[in-house]
Amino acid sequence: MSRKIFALLSLFVVLSILLTACAQQAECPECTPCPECPEEAAAPAAEEGQSRLEIVKERGKVVCGSRTDLLGFGYLDENGRNVGFDIDLCRAVAAAIFNDPEAVEFVPLTAAERGPALQTNEVDILSRNCTWTSSRDAQWGNFTVIMFYDGQGMMVRKDSGATKLEDLDGATVCVTTGTTTELNLADNFRSRGLDFTPVTFEDTASVYNAYEEGRCDAATSDKSQLAAVRAGFANPDDHVILDVTMSKEPLTPAVPQGDDQWFDIVKTVMYVLINAEELGVTSQNVDEMMNSDSPEIRRMLGVEGDFGQSDLGLSKDFAANVIRAVGNYGEIYDRYMGPNGDAFTLDRGINKLWKDGGLIYAPPLR
Amino acid sequence: MSQEHIQVITSSNIPLWRDERIIKGIVQVISAIAVIGFVAFAIGNVINAAHERGLSLGYDFINQSAGFPLAESVIPYDESKSFGYAFLVGVLNTLRAALVGIVAATLLGTLAALARLSTNWLVNKIASVYIETVRNIPLLVQLFIWYFAVFQGLPDVQESIRWPGPIFLSKRGIYMPAPVPTGTFGAWMGFVIVGLVLAIVLRIVLGRYQLQTGRTTYPVATAFAVFFGLPLLGWFIVGQSPLTVDLPVMGKFNFTGGLRLTIEYAALLTGLVIYTGAFIAEVVRAGILAVNRGQFEAARALGLSNMQVLRLVVFPQAMRVIIPPLISQYLNLTKNSSLAVAVGYPDLFYVGRTIINQAGRAVPVFSMVMGVYLFTSLTTSVLMNFYNRRVQLVER
Amino acid sequence: MSVNTTTAEEVRPPSPPGPIRWLKKNLFSNWYNSLLTVISGVIVFFALKAVILWVFFEANWDPVTHSLKLFAVGQYPPDQLWRVGTIVCMVSFLFGVSWKVWGGTVRTFALAIALVLGVAGLLPVSMGLGLRLWFLSNPLLTAIGYQVGRTPVGKSKWVALGWVVSFFLTIILLTGIEGLPWLPPVKSGLWGGLLLTFLLAMVGIAASFPIGVALALGRQSSLPVVKAFCVLFIELVRGVPLVTVLFMASIILPLFLPEDVRIDRVLRAMMGMTLFAAAYMAENVRGGLQAIPKGQVEAAKAVGLNGFQTMALIVLPQALRLVIPAIVGQFIALFMDTTLAVIVGLMELLAVGRAVLESNVEWKLLNMEVYIFIAAIFWIFNYSMSYASRRLEAALGVGKR
Repeated sequence: MSRKIFALLSLFVVLSILLTACAQQAECPECTPCPECPEEAAAPAAEEGQSRLEIVKERGKVVCGSRTDLLGFGYLDENGRNVGFDIDLCRAVAAAIFNDPEAVEFVPLTAAERGPALQTNEVDILSRNCTWTSSRDAQWGNFTVIMFYDGQGMMVRKDSGATKLEDLDGATVCVTTGTTTELNLADNFRSRGLDFTPVTFEDTASVYNAYEEGRCDAATSDKSQLAAVRAGFANPDDHVILDVTMSKEPLTPAVPQGDDQWFDIVKTVMYVLINAEELGVTSQNVDEMMNSDSPEIRRMLGVEGDFGQSDLGLSKDFAANVIRAVGNYGEIYDRYMGPNGDAFTLDRGINKLWKDGGLIYAPPLR
Repeated sequence: MSQEHIQVITSSNIPLWRDERIIKGIVQVISAIAVIGFVAFAIGNVINAAHERGLSLGYDFINQSAGFPLAESVIPYDESKSFGYAFLVGVLNTLRAALVGIVAATLLGTLAALARLSTNWLVNKIASVYIETVRNIPLLVQLFIWYFAVFQGLPDVQESIRWPGPIFLSKRGIYMPAPVPTGTFGAWMGFVIVGLVLAIVLRIVLGRYQLQTGRTTYPVATAFAVFFGLPLLGWFIVGQSPLTVDLPVMGKFNFTGGLRLTIEYAALLTGLVIYTGAFIAEVVRAGILAVNRGQFEAARALGLSNMQVLRLVVFPQAMRVIIPPLISQYLNLTKNSSLAVAVGYPDLFYVGRTIINQAGRAVPVFSMVMGVYLFTSLTTSVLMNFYNRRVQLVER
Repeated sequence: MSVNTTTAEEVRPPSPPGPIRWLKKNLFSNWYNSLLTVISGVIVFFALKAVILWVFFEANWDPVTHSLKLFAVGQYPPDQLWRVGTIVCMVSFLFGVSWKVWGGTVRTFALAIALVLGVAGLLPVSMGLGLRLWFLSNPLLTAIGYQVGRTPVGKSKWVALGWVVSFFLTIILLTGIEGLPWLPPVKSGLWGGLLLTFLLAMVGIAASFPIGVALALGRQSSLPVVKAFCVLFIELVRGVPLVTVLFMASIILPLFLPEDVRIDRVLRAMMGMTLFAAAYMAENVRGGLQAIPKGQVEAAKAVGLNGFQTMALIVLPQALRLVIPAIVGQFIALFMDTTLAVIVGLMELLAVGRAVLESNVEWKLLNMEVYIFIAAIFWIFNYSMSYASRRLEAALGVGKR
């Protein structure tokens, strides 16, 4: 009797491995099982030379490296749906390919996982308010179009009376490790001859938790992030963001290296968002604009001419689909950070269109 | 396996595929090919990735400037130092947590084990509640409780709890006076070292004399007297005080001066010691219970006091049972110190991850991190096994 | 109270029993024991007072009571929760049958689960009728299972088969099937809370079992190459912390796979856990193998069994029986180790706790309440498991030849 149990048990365990290894295969067709079954893993399912666009189309979804813990940029609404500025950029790409902003699979990544996720092709797009630097460009992947010009700021308690970095000599500063802000913090204090004690964590929540608890005198990060976090504090008015900019932080979606077509697609979708704002095309009026007299608008919406849609492997009217789904750049911004934004209010500042004196500029679509 | 037996069978007409030696050979070759093939396959993929996706596999980054600050370090560190140096800081931080943790956990564990064996009902119950509670809650949860709930709940630095003397306790850490050597420190150290050597020599010589002649010579008491007496004498002889005390003073944001333990370190250490202490308590208790009851009774019959029975009869014998599981507890503590990443203490694993992020070299950095853990684990177990064998030999 | 009297007591002349004598013997036997008793008594009094005051009056349990669903199943789609409910019902029923058929330790588990779910269903708090009925149906199913265990179906092999089938059903129910409208796929990214914690531990221990046995056999093998590989693997894994293994599975492993091969994140963590557990499992099994007397092997050889048969039919069954308590211990350890998945970004219990703290401005600083709640969950499960394991050990020890 007990031998039978034993035989059953072993059968059960062997099957369980196979099942757990293969249960997931239904979801990702190109996925192969674990190293426990090396002979299967040796035969990769993806055929050689398949372009990323083909892979994405086959999968039916764009895989987007994102986050769920930053108000305004990437967070969950009360229904558990992924929303935010960065999230909408991914939805725009999905709308361009599938005409469906929901055809996205969001993979929440920690700061440490961003680089490897790109290097291993785990994601099709990394849109997780990630700063474009030259070494990341060389090592991680290709950075597309700067979608948010940010700068590093410093948040302090109001009652500390500090107004500039020099007032923070000897202070304890909370910062997220593995980020560019961590490096800029050191650079800025060193060049000014100031002393500081860092307190570092890997997850953003711990950083601001420690700051709010009073473990640190100051917290530093991108200004947009500080504004987002301050909005979520119990008493936002007790904290101020100093009027200093410690670095340039161009927040940019990135794609894995090695596929120029995919790189161009994502760039073009971003340009569409910006040009649409410039040309006054919004999600509300996009259908009327089809009949516009402006050749630029008619070209963008695919009514006449061609600006390379077919070379990119996209439909002629993809830009119209994108705008209909997520709106133009200004609409996306205002949805989360505008005067009536869902998350918090942040002045557009240098993120205005170039026409209005900002830095947001896109090459023409033609 | 008896070789002759196999010889007999093969000499008769056994087909090749039933020849045990050939089967064994084939199995070995196949398994070797499978394992090596799998490893080669994996490495091939990495190299492929290196070519196609700009993944760097070299160790050349080690000499580049790190650029990131670290919250604490036992050696002087600033962000202009190299990645390699930052890594070393991480290694030393791990050792600092592990070594202090091991000593403290051993003390706590032994104490708890004795309490658990106590005939006093209340003490006994307190110890078992401690052990049963701590052993059944994951260490990471305990660390979170210690760090986020207890240590971050301490008062702000301006309202530090002042302990007797200039010791301050706040969210920022534990500040206490630090000894600072002066000009005469070297001369005084001489007294200390001579005192230490003399104490050891006296302890051995007098102990032997007592064993041989049976005359009481108080070897331990004498050794202690010398060990403490000589430095005290030296303190007065060198004239100027060899050490001054650096007191923590409240600055604008924080205390300056003095010795500082961050709450990150304190939380990690508290968590590790209390968790491992519970496991060590069970190890020690099992060891003491393994000593034959007759030994205890015989020692009492000879007129030894309770303490003497423990120290001279029970512990030496219990050690043989205790050492092997104790080794694995020490190694567990060292490995568990990698959870420092959750409470922001820059240990080896933490610094490794930061370097991976800042230098973008996942594979080389990770091989270094794993290498250090493996080296520490393997050398510790080799050393402890060596000691263990020595202790075991004493048996008969 | 008489439990505390030692056997030596029986030899002594009988003295008047009673609380005073007990106090004198156990608390005030001599001056330093009395001192110890007084000091620790005072400490215990103040500690208990502080704890009770905090738990019942000072603590704000809102983050816990408002997020029970998150703690239980994470982001699992609310309209698909019936699947998790069905799984728990299935387990309740199987425990009922196993209680009748196997008895002993299983009884403790079955009773504990039925009791907890039953009491939860009777709690005077507001909850939907469906949820209340579901809670109450579990003890009922256990009782039905017990009755079924009396029928001819109540055979050991059928119960074992039931557990095996239920394991696969669990995984199929949780993942769902593509194209089946009433069982849509649920991405593993949405599994969370206690559900994920249990799943990680279960899969880890089940999958590591065969690998561990294979490694242990390999380590005992007379083939030097096989032995070397096994020793290398076991010592490498045992020499590094679990976080590094998990980190490797989540970040480094994808680098070692061919391009365009993606493995689900939860599955990657499970693989890391499994490989880690397998190395420790191998050492446990090795302990069992070494405890089997040589005579058993020799006798098997004498009967004419070959090496494979000897191992599979004689040595392993006996060795595995010996290591069952060690495996239960390892399961407890693995169950606690699942918390480390928070470091690689999975939504297990501890990660849910952090998310709950972040989800409401007013809860941000209620760390103590949330983490104590999580600690209590782990403590209840682990304590009952280790209690059962100790009974099991005793039971097996008695049955040992």
